[in-house]
Amino acid sequence: MSTAVADNKPAAAEVVPTFTATLMIRRFNPEVDEEPRWEDFDVELYETDRVLDALHKIKWEQDGSLTFRRSCAHGICGSDAMRINGRNRLACKTLIKDLDISKPIYVEAIKGLPLEKDLIVDMEPFFDSFKEVNPFLMAGPVKGGKERKQSPVERARFDDTTKCILCAACTSSCPVFWTDGQYFGPAAIVNAHRFIFDSRDEGAGVRLDILNDKEGVWRCRTTFNCTDACPRGIQVTQAIAEVKQAIIKGKP
Amino acid sequence: MPEKSASNLVAEPQSPPKIRSPKRPAGTLYRGKEGMWSWVLHRITGVAIYFFLLVHILDTALVRVSPEAYNAVINTYKTPIMGLGEIALVAAIVFHALNGLRIILIDFWAFGAKHQRTMFWVVIGLWVVLLAAFIPRQLMHVFGG
Ligand code: HEM
Ligand code: SF4
Ligand code: FES
Repeated sequence: MSTAVADNKPAAAEVVPTFTATLMIRRFNPEVDEEPRWEDFDVELYETDRVLDALHKIKWEQDGSLTFRRSCAHGICGSDAMRINGRNRLACKTLIKDLDISKPIYVEAIKGLPLEKDLIVDMEPFFDSFKEVNPFLMAGPVKGGKERKQSPVERARFDDTTKCILCAACTSSCPVFWTDGQYFGPAAIVNAHRFIFDSRDEGAGVRLDILNDKEGVWRCRTTFNCTDACPRGIQVTQAIAEVKQAIIKGKP
Repeated sequence: MPEKSASNLVAEPQSPPKIRSPKRPAGTLYRGKEGMWSWVLHRITGVAIYFFLLVHILDTALVRVSPEAYNAVINTYKTPIMGLGEIALVAAIVFHALNGLRIILIDFWAFGAKHQRTMFWVVIGLWVVLLAAFIPRQLMHVFGG
C-alpha cells in the first residue's frame, strides 16, 4: 500500500508512509456550469486520512474553489454527508484505507435536495420536514413532585433514535424521497419516533396524526437504504416500522 | 408606471442570488444493497403482472364479442414464444409473491426489519427452487409437443 518516500524529504527517524489516491469529484458551479461535471484530483495521503482530509488537501493545496460543508470533523455535527463511491457517508467518518484506492474514489453531493454548489445542497426542505413533526418535548405541567421521572427501561425504549445528528444521509438515500420531495423522509420520522416513544411526552397523538399523512410513513417502501446509510447506526427502517404500528394501534 | 419612476429614486431591489440548479442533479447510480434491489424487482414485477392481467382480462372479454377472435388470440398462447413468456410471467409472480410475504413480515413481525437481509436470500433461494421445478416441465410442454 505504501509507496517509496520521495528523496528530497529530510530523512527523519520515522517517516510516515504515504500513498496516492485519486478522487473523482462531481463539481458544479451555478455561475458558469449548466450541468455538473466530474473532475479528478490526485492526493498524497496517510493511512489515517479520511475522505474529509483528502477534500481539505485538495481545497488547501490544489483548488481553493472546491466547496463542501464540514464543521466538527468528528462525526457529530452532521455537516458533511455526501455520496462516496455511490453510498451516503460522512466524509469525516470514512477512512480512505477502507475504500478501494486502486480505483478513483467517487465523491458527489447527496441526492434529492437542490444542488447549490459542488458538494453542497440546500438543506432547508430537509429541516422543514424535521420541524413539522414537532421535534421537542410536548408536556403539560409536572404532575406531583418537581421532576419528570423515567425508568431506565422507559428511557431505553427510544434510545436508538436520540442519536440522530440530522446529517440527511438517510433521507437523501431514499428512492421514494428522490422522486417525491414532499415525503417527510426517514430523518423526520426518526426524530418523531424519539418523542412518540418518550414516556414523558404527551404529544404522540399529534405526531402520529402528522405522520399518517399521505406523505408520511406510508410512503416508506422498506428499501433499507436509510438504515445502511446512517452514520450513527440508527435502525431507521425499524423505527419507521414502529411508528407505522403505533399509527395502526392509535397509540405508541 | 409607478414602478419605473420609483426605480430612479429608490435603490434597485436586490436581484435574487443567481443560483441555478442543474437539470440533471442525479449523478451516479446509488449503490443500495439487498433492500433496494428487492424493492426495484418488486416494483418491476408488480407493474409487469399488472399489465399482463390487464391484457389477459381484455382478451378473455373478447369471448363475448367474437368467439372466433377469442380462439385466434388464445391460440397464439400456444406458440413457443408465448411459452417462454409464461416462464417470465411465472418467474415474476413467484418473486413478487415471495418478496411480498417478506415485506409483510418486515411490517408486522417485530424482528422483521432485523432479519430482512436473511429473508431476502431465503426469498431468492425459494424462487430458484420453485423455478427449477417449473421451467423443465414448461419446456417439455412447449417443445416436447
Ligand atoms: C401473489 C400474491 C401477491 C402478494 C403476496 C403481493 C404482495 C405485495 C405487497 C406486500 C406489496 C407492498 C410493497 C411495498 O410495501 O413496498 C405489493 C406491491 C405491489 N404489487 Fe403485489 N402482491 C401480490 C400480487 C400482485 C399482483 C397479481 C399484482 C398485479 C396486478 C401486483 C402488483 C403490485 C404493484 C404494482 C405493487 C406496487 C409496488 C411498489 O409500490 O413498489 N401484486 N405487493
Ligand atoms: S437518522 Fe442517521 S442518517 Fe438520518 S439524519 Fe439522523 S444521523 Fe443522519
Ligand atoms: S464534519 Fe461534523 S459530522 Fe462530519
